[in-house]
Amino acid sequence: MAIFPPPQRVWWNEPVEKSEVFWVSIALIWALIMFFMMPYWHLTGEQNLSNEAYRTTPDAFGAKVEAMVDQYKVREEGDTGVPVVRPPAGSDVYMLARLWEWYPVLEFEKGETYRLHLSSMDWQHGFSLQPENINIQIHPNYDMVVTMTPTSTGEFGVVCNEFCGVGHHTMVGKIYVVDKK
Amino acid sequence: MTGFRTCPTTGFKIDLNADKLIKWNAVSAVIFLLIGGLFGILVALTRWPAVHILPPDLFYLALTAHGLDVLLVWIIFFEVALLYFASSVLLQCRIATPKMAWLAFILMWVGALMTNVAVLMGDSSVMFTSYVPMKAAPSFYLGIILFAVGALIACFIFFGTLVIAKQEKTYEGSIPLVTFGAMTAAIIAIFTIASGAIILIPTLLWSVGYVGSIDTVMYKVVWWAMGHSSQQINVSAHIACWYALAAILFGAKPLSEKVSRMAFFMYILFLQIASAHHLLVEPGLSSEYKIFNTSYALYLAVLGSMIHGLTVPGAVEAAQRAKGYNKGLFEWLRKAPWGNPSFSGFALSVVMFGFLGGISGVMMGTEQLNIIIHNTIYVPGHFHATVVTGTTLAFMAMSYWLVPVLWQKELVGAGMAKWQPYLFGIGMGLVATFQMGAGTLGVPRRHWDMNFADAMINYDFPAAANLMMAGNGIAAIIATVGGVIFLYNMVATILWGKPLQNAPKAEEEAVAAGPVAAHGSAGTMAVPGTFVLALIFLTAFILYYFVNWKYLASVWGLS
Ligand code: HEM
Ligand SMILES: [Cu+2]
Repeated sequence: MAIFPPPQRVWWNEPVEKSEVFWVSIALIWALIMFFMMPYWHLTGEQNLSNEAYRTTPDAFGAKVEAMVDQYKVREEGDTGVPVVRPPAGSDVYMLARLWEWYPVLEFEKGETYRLHLSSMDWQHGFSLQPENINIQIHPNYDMVVTMTPTSTGEFGVVCNEFCGVGHHTMVGKIYVVDKK
Repeated sequence: MTGFRTCPTTGFKIDLNADKLIKWNAVSAVIFLLIGGLFGILVALTRWPAVHILPPDLFYLALTAHGLDVLLVWIIFFEVALLYFASSVLLQCRIATPKMAWLAFILMWVGALMTNVAVLMGDSSVMFTSYVPMKAAPSFYLGIILFAVGALIACFIFFGTLVIAKQEKTYEGSIPLVTFGAMTAAIIAIFTIASGAIILIPTLLWSVGYVGSIDTVMYKVVWWAMGHSSQQINVSAHIACWYALAAILFGAKPLSEKVSRMAFFMYILFLQIASAHHLLVEPGLSSEYKIFNTSYALYLAVLGSMIHGLTVPGAVEAAQRAKGYNKGLFEWLRKAPWGNPSFSGFALSVVMFGFLGGISGVMMGTEQLNIIIHNTIYVPGHFHATVVTGTTLAFMAMSYWLVPVLWQKELVGAGMAKWQPYLFGIGMGLVATFQMGAGTLGVPRRHWDMNFADAMINYDFPAAANLMMAGNGIAAIIATVGGVIFLYNMVATILWGKPLQNAPKAEEEAVAAGPVAAHGSAGTMAVPGTFVLALIFLTAFILYYFVNWKYLASVWGLS
């Protein structure tokens, strides 16, 4: 019994039951399959994070965001005063997180690819694109680059899903995806 | 000075110091389960959109307190009791340095109170993870550090007791499997607490202004070396409980000592490294690191768990078959004592830990699949399956045996106790399922208002997500009823239980049946029932795993 010392002093020589050996073998094969799925998806899958990231500072990152907003702003989001920005396809696009907003609102074209830079001005935040359910952690002082290709059109919410203080639940941003003109 | 008493139920010789220490640590655990559970139900009711009882600041406060009190304090106090039990009681040996053990106990209490007070003061609602640069009061970190030092001392006392037992030859041959499992937990605990010290001490200094800044990614890498590995303490500890309960209830012997011990050993070798589970969508880390770390090097620790998943029920099946329950595949299971909370809690714990907790954990620990669940309420769904329906339920099942035996009192409220594991276990299983469902629809964790009433810009979750969160609230109430029954059973038994009449009990029968299973099932009857269950498990695992890859393949391109 498991609460007493093993009855056979030399327990490591006892035979192992067949079904146990069999189970260990299939479990091992399954473990290996699961392991190799990850590198396999890097080679063939369409959804991988590049892990491209740079050191930055809130000031430096904020300046890049502002420059982009000045250049490509197309309108404002409702009566919120938040700019909606439509950067050219293929370009570097910036979105910042701060207590408690995502800034600015972006407009993408379906099927085009964008280099989306994400960083925080203060605490950590969670970039959660809904209803796609793409979730990326945002840190201050790190500029995370995600190369994104929208494959559906409509209005997408950017919810914050890393707890960031008492206004956390008011932190929502938006990304529009429209058809190519 | 050491004295011993002989346990009338089991015949074990119990060191009086260890006896007291086990009791006090277990009682402390239960007190914090009560406190943490109360915060839990408040949180669950707030996340039910139609109920929404707490205002935001109190919600975040309650959530911080909930995480700390249940995950840290309840679990670790109980584990300390288990460590003392698995060393001193099972080896029938005096406990090493009982005075230090009391010091550890006091440190843990002081630490737990200090952190709780810091949280209740309202300026430390930073969640138990306390990610920098969000800052809590210095006493928040100090309390956790003191608590951890206490737990560390307890680990050393466990090892000290093993050494004494060896020297004084209180047992022959190798230590029992359950003690081996506890030892696995203690080894991992030492690694874990060291990681905790490496990160929390600088964070404490930072909170009082001695350290300028702490890198946010580095913080998480080291914090999760504690936070994730410590979950493997829980796994090792509750699997040790599974083996103990199989032995106590059925006289079951492990199918093979070698295989079961090797499976524990895989934890020691591979589980340590798994902090990347929490860093899969973080900047600044390479995919190579993420893949190697998150898979515990080729998923060898998962393999360990899958082995226990076969050998634990297999041991029960072999013992039951040896007693003659041989009809068909599952007579052994049907004829098990489903009305005994120690058994039903144990059985539900095995099943739900594997099916709900294990499968979801491996899925979300896959580098790319993590993208579609990270920080959604899927994550709490997963760990309520592991640490509540797995660990907590196993500890409850263990308590239903241990408390009456240690205190030598009859269980008070035995009629209710029959239902307890079902209410708590199934309630919690539903909590986990609803949270995972809502997370699949994108609902964030740690979030006061999924309908964003106060936000400038809005987003509407599908109606099904709101329903799931309501379901979560209802299931939480069921689980809470189960939790309250457990607390009542324990407290009432300790305070008002009638002295135990030592009529021959199930355990004795079981002990008497022990030798029959001397070889486990080796050479005699195989365990076909368990094997079929294991194959069902594997099928569910494979299906769920690939369904999620399919789901991932449907989202926007990312590279
Ligand atoms: C009646 C019992 C319980 C209920 C109703 C309950 C419910 C909940 C709910 C609704 C959340 C919030 C999820 C969110 O908003 O992010 C939560 C979080 C959590 N629960 Fe529980 N729970 C219970 C018991 C437990 C137990 C026994 C444990 C551990 C042993 C546990 C560990 C946790 C942890 C670690 C968190 C995460 C806290 C955080 O995100 O910082 N819970 N629980
Ligand atoms: Cu935020």
